Amino acid sequence: MSFVTGVGLTSYGKHEGSSSLDLMSQAAELAISDAGLKRSEIDGILCGYSTVSPHIMLATVFAEHFGIRPSYAHAVQVGGATGLAMTMLAHHLVDAGVARHVLVVGGENRLTGQSRDASIQALAQVGHPEYEVTLGPTIPAYYGLVATRYMHEYGVTERDLAEFAVLMRKHAMLHPGAQFHQPITVADVMASKPVAMPLKLLDCCPVSDGGAAFVISREATGDERVRIRGCAQAHTHQHVTAAPALSELGAEISIAKAKDVSGIGISDVRYAAVYDSFTITLAMLLEDLGLAKRGEAAARVRAGYFNQDGEMPLNTHGGLLSYGHCGVGGAMAHLVEAHLQMTGRAGNRQVHDASIALLHGDGGVLSSHVSMFLERVR
Amino acid sequence: MSGAIGDWTRGAEAIVYQICSACGARQYFRRGFCAACGASDLAEHRASGAGTVYATSLVCRAATPETRAHVPYNIVLVDTDEGFRMMAHGDNDLAIGDKVTARFAQFAGRLVPYFAKAK
Repeated sequence: MSFVTGVGLTSYGKHEGSSSLDLMSQAAELAISDAGLKRSEIDGILCGYSTVSPHIMLATVFAEHFGIRPSYAHAVQVGGATGLAMTMLAHHLVDAGVARHVLVVGGENRLTGQSRDASIQALAQVGHPEYEVTLGPTIPAYYGLVATRYMHEYGVTERDLAEFAVLMRKHAMLHPGAQFHQPITVADVMASKPVAMPLKLLDCCPVSDGGAAFVISREATGDERVRIRGCAQAHTHQHVTAAPALSELGAEISIAKAKDVSGIGISDVRYAAVYDSFTITLAMLLEDLGLAKRGEAAARVRAGYFNQDGEMPLNTHGGLLSYGHCGVGGAMAHLVEAHLQMTGRAGNRQVHDASIALLHGDGGVLSSHVSMFLERVR
Repeated sequence: MSGAIGDWTRGAEAIVYQICSACGARQYFRRGFCAACGASDLAEHRASGAGTVYATSLVCRAATPETRAHVPYNIVLVDTDEGFRMMAHGDNDLAIGDKVTARFAQFAGRLVPYFAKAK
């Protein structure tokens, strides 16, 4: 058994002068105090990576900087799925008795610590160095390829994809920490600058500075108890050239396994936190996970299904698309928001029932997947 | 492994793939073993350059000065007639399902495969 006992999140956007370690430290301090713990009670640390400040031992660099001597520590690297992969590992570590309180932390000054070109170049390296990167693709191009194929097979349109950007912006407007607060329309998305067609600027998440952290514990530390019910992964490929057919991607495999180990079905889920690096990512994952039928996720957005007051509130903080994306911390914000919703602390974004949440992360080009169910227990 | 052939990743005007002598699997990313069965006896073959467009994405925002000089350029995934999928460049108006053939072009100081509609 394991519980998410504390969460911490900085605002995303520009944090001029803050290093990756500064942002990780801020988030970690928030999460530990949210759990009602002292730093000395943290006996495990899992951290992600920083493209701005790469290091072969980031977890111990952070532990020393933060002032903790843990009995278990290392970094984890699964691209955008890193946050949930670390959470899954922490769940198993505390369940196995290896540690009592594992701090999971990610943070990066990706926006102000390097040029946007440097970020785009660093991320494009998830492609094959000889057979793909030499062709000059970018991350949006890898997802653009997935998008044209998905649109072709399931009749999805660019206007359909735009709906997801509009929804995430609408949600971000209610969160003071989000990078973007100006409302946008489908027409704005359609008119935004082409990046890698069919993806335009507003179909893409931004580059951000920010940090996020959680504490995963063997026992609850307060009255608000959020338990990790079950989780699973799937890794089908690394490079988009080697990806399986759209109907055989990893999200469907990991969600099936997560449902098996947790005994939870999609009909039990009341809140969804789904990776949204691009509008196509969110559209596909919602359909892969069974939160909408094939080709019908956009219709559900238009019908208000994923709104704060809808049947399945989705990424109520604004997601990567509008809260922001600082690398490993990016998708960790989804879990922080899910925890706030589950513990009734989401303020003006509060949904009426977040008793069971489904979280899903994706790394690479739909390469690595982690699905997880959280449950509020009283 | 028998008969290593130079291909476009090494500056030669060729698309090369491997066939496993043990299980018959075809693979595009060159390795010293078969990723399907692990056998180390692979034969290298030159592909015809004929295929069908699986997906496209027109890159309009590039990240380096060398690639920026080429925008917009179309990144395509092509299912070759030989049965493997590859990434390449192609004409900007290519659509999914188009039958295509490859030639080679210069891109950012390197030779890259470039597909156009088959005549």
